[in-house]
Amino acid sequence: MLSYILKRIFWAIPTMFGVSVLVFLMVHLAPGDPALIMLGEHASKESVEKLREEMGLNKPLYEQYIIFISKAVRGDFGNSIKSKQPVIDEFFERFPATIELTLVSMLIAVIIGILAGIISAVKRYSFFDYLSMFGALAGVSMPVFWLGLLLIYFFSVKLGILPVSGRLGFEYYIEPVTGLYLIDSLLANDYPAFFDALKHLILPGIALGTIPMAIIARMTRSSMLEVMREDYIRTARAKGCSSTRVIFIHALRNGLIPVVTVIGLMLGALLAGAILTETTFSWPGIGKWIVNAVYQRDFPVVQCATLIIAVIFIIVNLLVDLIYAIINPKIRLE
Amino acid sequence: MKKLLIFALLLMATVAIASPKYGGTLVFGRGGDSVTLDPAHATDGESFYGSTQVYDNLVQFKHGSTEIEPALAEKWEVSKDGLEYTFYLRKGVKFHKTEFFKKDVELTADDVIFSLKRQMDSNHPYYKVGGAYEYWQAMDMDNIVKDIVKVDKYTVKFVLKKPEAPFIANLAMDFASILCKQYADDLLKAGKAEDIGKYPVGTGPFVFLKWIKDDRIIYKANKDYWGGRPFLDKLILKVIPNNSVRAAELKTGSIHIMDFPNPEEVADLEKDPNIKLVKQEGLNVGYLAMNTQKKPFDNILVRKAINMAINKQAIVDAVYAGFGKPAKNPIPPTMWSYNDDIKPYEYNPEKAKQLLAEAGYPNGFETDIWAMPVPRPYNPNGKKVAEAIQADLAKIGIKAKIVSYDWGTYLEKTKHGEHMMAQLGWTGDNGDPDNFLYVLLSSAAAQVPAQNIAFYKSEKFDKLIEEAKVTNDVAKRTELYKKAQEVFYEEVPWVPMAHSIVVEPMRKEVMDFKLDPVGKRRFDKVWLNK
Repeated sequence: MLSYILKRIFWAIPTMFGVSVLVFLMVHLAPGDPALIMLGEHASKESVEKLREEMGLNKPLYEQYIIFISKAVRGDFGNSIKSKQPVIDEFFERFPATIELTLVSMLIAVIIGILAGIISAVKRYSFFDYLSMFGALAGVSMPVFWLGLLLIYFFSVKLGILPVSGRLGFEYYIEPVTGLYLIDSLLANDYPAFFDALKHLILPGIALGTIPMAIIARMTRSSMLEVMREDYIRTARAKGCSSTRVIFIHALRNGLIPVVTVIGLMLGALLAGAILTETTFSWPGIGKWIVNAVYQRDFPVVQCATLIIAVIFIIVNLLVDLIYAIINPKIRLE
Repeated sequence: MKKLLIFALLLMATVAIASPKYGGTLVFGRGGDSVTLDPAHATDGESFYGSTQVYDNLVQFKHGSTEIEPALAEKWEVSKDGLEYTFYLRKGVKFHKTEFFKKDVELTADDVIFSLKRQMDSNHPYYKVGGAYEYWQAMDMDNIVKDIVKVDKYTVKFVLKKPEAPFIANLAMDFASILCKQYADDLLKAGKAEDIGKYPVGTGPFVFLKWIKDDRIIYKANKDYWGGRPFLDKLILKVIPNNSVRAAELKTGSIHIMDFPNPEEVADLEKDPNIKLVKQEGLNVGYLAMNTQKKPFDNILVRKAINMAINKQAIVDAVYAGFGKPAKNPIPPTMWSYNDDIKPYEYNPEKAKQLLAEAGYPNGFETDIWAMPVPRPYNPNGKKVAEAIQADLAKIGIKAKIVSYDWGTYLEKTKHGEHMMAQLGWTGDNGDPDNFLYVLLSSAAAQVPAQNIAFYKSEKFDKLIEEAKVTNDVAKRTELYKKAQEVFYEEVPWVPMAHSIVVEPMRKEVMDFKLDPVGKRRFDKVWLNK
């Protein structure tokens, strides 16, 4: 097991190296002199030259890369071109909002997706099976922003039961501790704020969670169907186990193995993919921040965000592989 | 007699309704967040929205117009040669006290000198804080201001390098906001100078409370505001990037005013009994610049032909959804010195063809039209406008290819004159015609990287606008600018396309909200009728 873990960690290193090189080159491949872009067109020649010096743009490329990466490792991505604030601070101001949204939508996706998948598998070809598989297909095909708008119009404008957008109504304020409003409001014993934050999470959570929910449902269904055909399930049945026990203890454990992989992969993808949902629901996370940075050619911001998301993606992948190895010992031997 | 009585009663009723009430929180929904709250470093409108609530200037635009009126300066004097401006400050104006700045500080000449000198003096400790002072440079202030001197505690003198009539209007722009020197000194001592853009302390109608990035900025009323306490208790600027979602927020009543609705959604909003609209002609122009340094656009006849071939009214109806009107001059009609005697080029493809033949292109030619990739107030959909122009030009034999790039590249390339014809536009900064005519059409602005993307160079035109720049006599300036518009009409470096109309939908209970032509959003006189 240990050698497997070490091997996997070892393999993550070249991936990270590759990502960091790409992120670094991004600035140098974009048209225009980075220093000039950062200072704006009105900058004088001297100040451009000075910034080039400060940024080390006069040095050979490999040296610049070493400086970039040694700073990045220490969390120093420089200042945002637009706001002049340290990029890493800006990132962490917004990141908890994205984490909270991602976790909630993942929770919704996992619970509903797995349940629907199991029921569909057990009651194959029933009305519920068709309904949930149709729903899954629709969920995968629906653009997130479109679904978001539909949810807003139905639940907020027409029914008026859920807030339209944002993380919290303007009458509340939660002092950030963890940055996760659900936790911070409880820490502050502010229950009205907690419920308000919860209400604000429902629609974006559903919108962002729909695609993974659909994928999980389909994966669970097909994987469960496969497992249920196995001999040991038949044996369990023959031994007289109750069908609940057969499904949840015998079948689900093995049936979930591929689903775990998918969930892990999607968690990374969700973090990066929250951009559309965040824009639709005015969610103050990193999504909107990155989009703006791209528009404004705010390279340090784009570099920082891309690198951190990539690293998270790699780490989540690594964890998934390790969990996978724990629940399925065969993997380790290969 | 009965009629009179009813009239009197009605009048009394309106007076009763119209008397402002104190209290309440107003939530303003906008499309993007502020980048910084230091107006001297900001270049985007959303940042100015955030800082304008907190800060005052020496002079300001009269609410709802481009006229200049006193603000922190009670009055000012200009020397005969136009080189010295002396400002007399209002006495007893206090800077805000906040959680992060608890001192009791009165506004003096030092604050004015600090706020503006940091942008010009490279030895100033704040010169390097926060990067370049882009607007100061863009308004060419380095070549206008020689020095700023303290006369006494309440008097400041600006010494200019050359007479510059638009100078006073520049001082009403956001970049010339007055910050607190004491606060800046304290930050510098604490090693937190950059915080000046995050935690603003000003003299304005609202006191900054909190900024949750990409979400909202919260302000409370400045009860000691020199211009009178604002009616609202609290003001919240809320970020809602998606236009349709912003409209939904307005319908459910969780915001009171929405910025920049989708034109096609305005009719639907107008139907809602809880919503009303405030409209104003924007201080802007959208245009199609023809690169006059390239063939065949160096030929005036070709440019005239193109002006006659394009059906502007049809484009305004279709693309602007009616929220705009066709342009004939390079400056908008709300601007003083607008020359209304000029007759627009008529839409006449036949005559356009004739002109083209006269110019030596009886069979037309091939060219390109650059389409703006992003919506702007002066042009809501560059691609659609380009397609309409393409179709119109095809009718007179000009085959035009539509070209587009991402916005940054687009601006970069047009500044270097890589295009034949390109769409662009301008929203006025300071309400002065110079801010359009000099910035967009002078030979000086045709230097690469050029703001004058028609690369229009006309001695006749230059002479008029340069003379207008150094005269302080408004009547004389008006006359000169009117003449400049005639020259523009004759030499037509652009097709002036349209001036847009800005529409602001809001809840019925919002009272006395006015749009500013310069694009500011101000709330000091706004109240809620609940």
